Amino acid sequence: MATEFPTSPPAARSIETQRFDTPVPYQQAFDMQRARCGEIEAGRAGNLLMLLEHPPVFTLGRRSDPNNILLNASQLREKGIELHYVDRGGDVTYHGPGQLVAYPILDLSQWRLSIRWYLRSLEEVLVRLVARYDLPGERLDGFSGVWVRGAKVAAIGVGIHNWVTFHGIALNVAPNMTHFTHIIPCGITDKPVTSLRQLLGDAPPMNEVMTAFDEEFRSYFLDQPPS
Amino acid sequence: MKFEVRLPAMGEDATEEATVAYWPIEEGEVIHEGDDLVELTTDKAAFSVPSPKTGTLVEKVVEEGDEVEVGDLICILDV
Repeated sequence: MATEFPTSPPAARSIETQRFDTPVPYQQAFDMQRARCGEIEAGRAGNLLMLLEHPPVFTLGRRSDPNNILLNASQLREKGIELHYVDRGGDVTYHGPGQLVAYPILDLSQWRLSIRWYLRSLEEVLVRLVARYDLPGERLDGFSGVWVRGAKVAAIGVGIHNWVTFHGIALNVAPNMTHFTHIIPCGITDKPVTSLRQLLGDAPPMNEVMTAFDEEFRSYFLDQPPS
Repeated sequence: MKFEVRLPAMGEDATEEATVAYWPIEEGEVIHEGDDLVELTTDKAAFSVPSPKTGTLVEKVVEEGDEVEVGDLICILDV
C-alpha cells in the first residue's frame, strides 16, 4: 500500500552558504552583501551566509569617533591597512587575515522583526561555537560581542534594510593581534581583545572554524520557530 | 499639504532610543514612498526608516547626532 504524503509540506526555510578561500577586499564583500540584500528584498533570492576573511582593514561605523584610530594616513599605508567608513552600528573594528568574518544576509520576516533578538541570536551562535573548544563564551551587559574570561573574542555590528540583514560578526581565530593596538576597539578602552589562538595556545585551522560556524549558525537559525 | 513624519515602531522591539546617523537626502529634494528617508543607529545596529509618503522634504526636524524615540517628529514633507 502506498504511503500517503502530506499534500502541501510546510514551506522550508533555507540558508545558502558561500565560502571564500582567499581574503576578500572589504568593499568587494560589501558590494556583494548589498546586491544580495536587493535581490532578497525584490523576492529574487533567498537567505545567504557569507564566510570569509578580509585583507587588513579598519572600519568605522556611522557613530564612530575617528580618534579611536591611533594611526595617521601615512602610517596606515605603511602598515598596509585600509580604512573604510561603513553603514553599521558600532565603533572602530579591525578585520584581517586569521579572523573569521560571517555576513548573514537574512530576511528577518522569516524569523522575528526584532533587531535586539537578531543581535542576541548572533551572540548565541558564537557562544555555542566557542563552547566546541571548551571555552566559556559570555555576553557582557551593555557591551555587544562575545567575551571569554573578560576579553572580547568576537565583535558584532549589523545593518538592517527593510528587515534584511547585512554586516555581521568577526571572530578572532588567529589574526595579527598587534593591529588591535592601533585602535580603541569599539571605543572601549579598558577591555582587552583576544583570539582563539591566545585562549587555546594553538589556533584551530580557519577552514575548521568556518565549518563549525556554518553548522552552529544553521542549526540555531533553522531550529527557530517560523514567524 | 504638509505631512508630519513621526518615527514608527520598528518591528516587535520595545521602544528604545536611537541616534540619527545620516540623512541621505537634502531639504528641497523629492523622496518616493518606501525609499530610505533617514538612517538610525542603536548600539550595534544601523537601520533605515522608509518614507511613508512621496513628497518633498521641507524640513529635517532632527539632526544627525540627535537621540530619537518612537513617536518623535523627525521631519516634514510636502505631499
